[in-house]
Amino acid sequence: MSEKKKTEQTPILKIEHMNITFTQYDRGMRQTELPVIRNLDVEVHAGEMVAVVGSSGSGKSLLAHGVMGVLPYNASMGGRILYCGEELTKQRIERLRGNEIVLVPQSIAYLNPLMKIGSQICKGSKDEKVKRKLRDIFARYSLKPEVEELYPFELSGGMNRRILISTALIEEPKLVIADEPTPGLDLKMAKRAMEHFRELADMGAGVLVITHDLELALETADRIAVFYAGTTLEEATVSDFEREETLRHPYSKALWRAMPKNGFGFVSGEQPYVKDLPGGCPFAPRCGRCTEECRKGEIPSREIRGGRVRCLHLEESFAE
Amino acid sequence: MRLNRRQRVLIGLGVSLLFLAAVCAAGILSGEAAMATDFSRKNTAPCVKYLFGTDWLGRDMLARTLKGLSLSILIGLLAAAVSAVLALVLGIVSATMGKAVDAAVTFCIDLVMGVPHILLLLLISVALGKGLRGVIVGVALTHWPSLARLIRAEVIQLKESPYIQIAEKLGKSKWYIARKHLLPHLLPQFVVGLVLLFPHAILHESSITFLGFGLSTEQPAIGIVLSEAMKYLVTGEWWLALFPGLLLVIVVILFYVAGESLQKLMNPGSVHE
Amino acid sequence: MDRRIPVLIGKNIVRAMLLVFAVSIVTFWLMKASPMDPLQTNVGQAALGSMSREQIEKLEEYWGVNTPPAEQYLSWAKDFVRGDMGTSLLYRQPVAKVIGAKLANSLFLMIFAWLVSGLLGFVLGVIAGMNRGKWIDKLIKGYCLVISSTPAFWLALLLLMIFGVGLRWFPIGLSVPIGVEAGGVTFLDRVYHAVLPALTLSITGVSNIALHTREKMIDICGSDYMLFARMRGETGWRLFKNYGFRNVLLPAITLHFAAISEIFGGSVLVEQVFSYPGLGQAAVAAGLGSDMPLLMAVTIVSALFVFGGNMIANILYGVVDPRIRRGGASK
Repeated sequence: MSEKKKTEQTPILKIEHMNITFTQYDRGMRQTELPVIRNLDVEVHAGEMVAVVGSSGSGKSLLAHGVMGVLPYNASMGGRILYCGEELTKQRIERLRGNEIVLVPQSIAYLNPLMKIGSQICKGSKDEKVKRKLRDIFARYSLKPEVEELYPFELSGGMNRRILISTALIEEPKLVIADEPTPGLDLKMAKRAMEHFRELADMGAGVLVITHDLELALETADRIAVFYAGTTLEEATVSDFEREETLRHPYSKALWRAMPKNGFGFVSGEQPYVKDLPGGCPFAPRCGRCTEECRKGEIPSREIRGGRVRCLHLEESFAE
Repeated sequence: MRLNRRQRVLIGLGVSLLFLAAVCAAGILSGEAAMATDFSRKNTAPCVKYLFGTDWLGRDMLARTLKGLSLSILIGLLAAAVSAVLALVLGIVSATMGKAVDAAVTFCIDLVMGVPHILLLLLISVALGKGLRGVIVGVALTHWPSLARLIRAEVIQLKESPYIQIAEKLGKSKWYIARKHLLPHLLPQFVVGLVLLFPHAILHESSITFLGFGLSTEQPAIGIVLSEAMKYLVTGEWWLALFPGLLLVIVVILFYVAGESLQKLMNPGSVHE
Repeated sequence: MDRRIPVLIGKNIVRAMLLVFAVSIVTFWLMKASPMDPLQTNVGQAALGSMSREQIEKLEEYWGVNTPPAEQYLSWAKDFVRGDMGTSLLYRQPVAKVIGAKLANSLFLMIFAWLVSGLLGFVLGVIAGMNRGKWIDKLIKGYCLVISSTPAFWLALLLLMIFGVGLRWFPIGLSVPIGVEAGGVTFLDRVYHAVLPALTLSITGVSNIALHTREKMIDICGSDYMLFARMRGETGWRLFKNYGFRNVLLPAITLHFAAISEIFGGSVLVEQVFSYPGLGQAAVAAGLGSDMPLLMAVTIVSALFVFGGNMIANILYGVVDPRIRRGGASK
């Protein structure tokens, strides 16, 4: 889709400065606050597929739970979530989730083990219209009608993804959030799974895919949000990932170099645990271009060349 | 001062342990007061001087209750400790010594759980001749199955966990794995299980003595105090059964509180409860 | 798939029978180990005097010093299986007859208490689990803590004091009015006498079931499928019915049948306090009076109930749970 068209519309989902904090106990008597997500920004438009890409253990799934309003009781969320231009309040998400806003979970462990697949997808509805819709969906994904009568444990590995995505299609979703849709799948299956979500976007829904697999995301998504240690460091179009120079943040560049076709480049150090995050840029300890300023205070997000980035050294990276 | 949950749990644990220790100490130190008869003061209703009243022989019920409870607590502690060690050994043996041993231990667990607890206590008590010994052995021999089952399940789960399998592949000795990986996980479970056995042991000890098995009337265990009180219910001496029983219930509750507090402190997952 | 259920049932029956057999051996051994020899304690007593020659011979065969223990056990077991459980020394009647009469009295109590405590415990546990941390959860948890810390016999004493001695609403003991011919006892008389004991048993039974159901419910509420159901907009009654209830029902079956043992044990204490002439009271009397044949029979009958209950629970579980019924993923 063209850049122009996109800016004209209000985004389906706009997350601004999302913060999610856990209250936990340390060893001993101290209560501590654990900021798992800090200053996360992301936007999804109608007909667009956006991938939030980050390594495992970076708290990506919480982003989905935060949007769906099902965070655990010891977590608190700050920032703003806009759905179709309006604030997505608790009341509003409770009304919209499960019809306009749907989530596709990671695995069939998210299905009720004691409910047959058919009635589970239809949420127990006996409405003929819903049932007909289910049969259409099954036909579309070439699932046999008998599958309706199976229990989750009886599904074969190949069916799982299609069943899970059926739970989204039975509704009329405007926004689809996919939480790690490809864990443990081989490359062919994983590609198929991603293509299913691509189709949803092509049908007009906004799709937010949360994944650790950058390469797969690049094949199917429109835009990539690079997620690191609870923050989105960069939002870029897929085409920006064609060359290292068009990327904006040093971490994105490092990710680019780490891709097999670009030579498996490797950044020393590891993602900091949320408890001992450095102040300022979370990537600072591993960044070659890090200066004193990077360690002080919050790094603002800036729009540049149609993308957004949190880095103080953009001018230098241009110069390269 | 605002206390967070953990600090409150710790204070609860401290207070309950203190109270239990006080009951024990009072019972042990009270000496002969529990047995002293004085007909001039028999059947006194509770008053300032005799908080729990006196019985038909003029014995001070408060002293008898404390004495009885301290005896019951001590028997409960001893028997529960034996049962817990038994559970630990059987649980580990069952989980690590192969299929046949596992089947045998599981069968024993089912067997002990198959006879209603009180009835089993009664049988053991009869087998050992109804004395103090019968009660202690009975309580010690009947409380291990549930904890053994728990420890067995825990060890099996640990054995299959990746970090232990890797440690085995790395050629670490069995002793090293047991010390470094098993023990740190099992110890908290064991301690909590042990403490949570106390209330059960005390309840069963009091029940079996109440039925007339075990301790003689010269040793006023709390069950005996209450069973004597039962005979005087109809004549209106309600305090004989009320106060000793109430104190018994409080003691058992405090043991539960202590056990659950420990559990909350040791298991980080349950802290938020 | 068709053979799965029969195999399950067969396996369970064999296991239950093995366990009952083992219980009988252990019990017999315990009785043999007892220093209170039934022959010696009862020698010269009216019990022996009133017994027939044949009955005394039987007693010697089981408990005497002349035959080796294994043989004693076998001859006892042979008679037992045939329905001849020996002669009760206390009641001077065939044990089978004593057990029959006492069991009828006890079953009345126990079935009532079993149903009430199971149902009430389930409901309370589910409510507490669904509302974890709220005041209603704390209330139910507190109630359960107090009840599980209260010995059944003291609760019985308390109720007896309040409703029997104090308010005089209910009789103080026995299962039938005193001085009335057996034929003149009406069903209502029986119920009237069983109310307090049954109430005591029910109250004590609730706490265990409620606490365990609560744990299960909390697990279910924290499960991935519950989270996903909520994310699909399911709330309130539908959420509970389709996701919570279905999943908590299975463990509840096991819990409820496992409670049989506890109810049985509780009845021993409660019957003693209310002098209710049931199986439990017979067990205490037999234990105190060294009536070995009766004590053995009571133990085996109770074990039959417990293992039978477990067996039914296992089979029901298999029938209800599709993962076992249709096989496969249970491993």
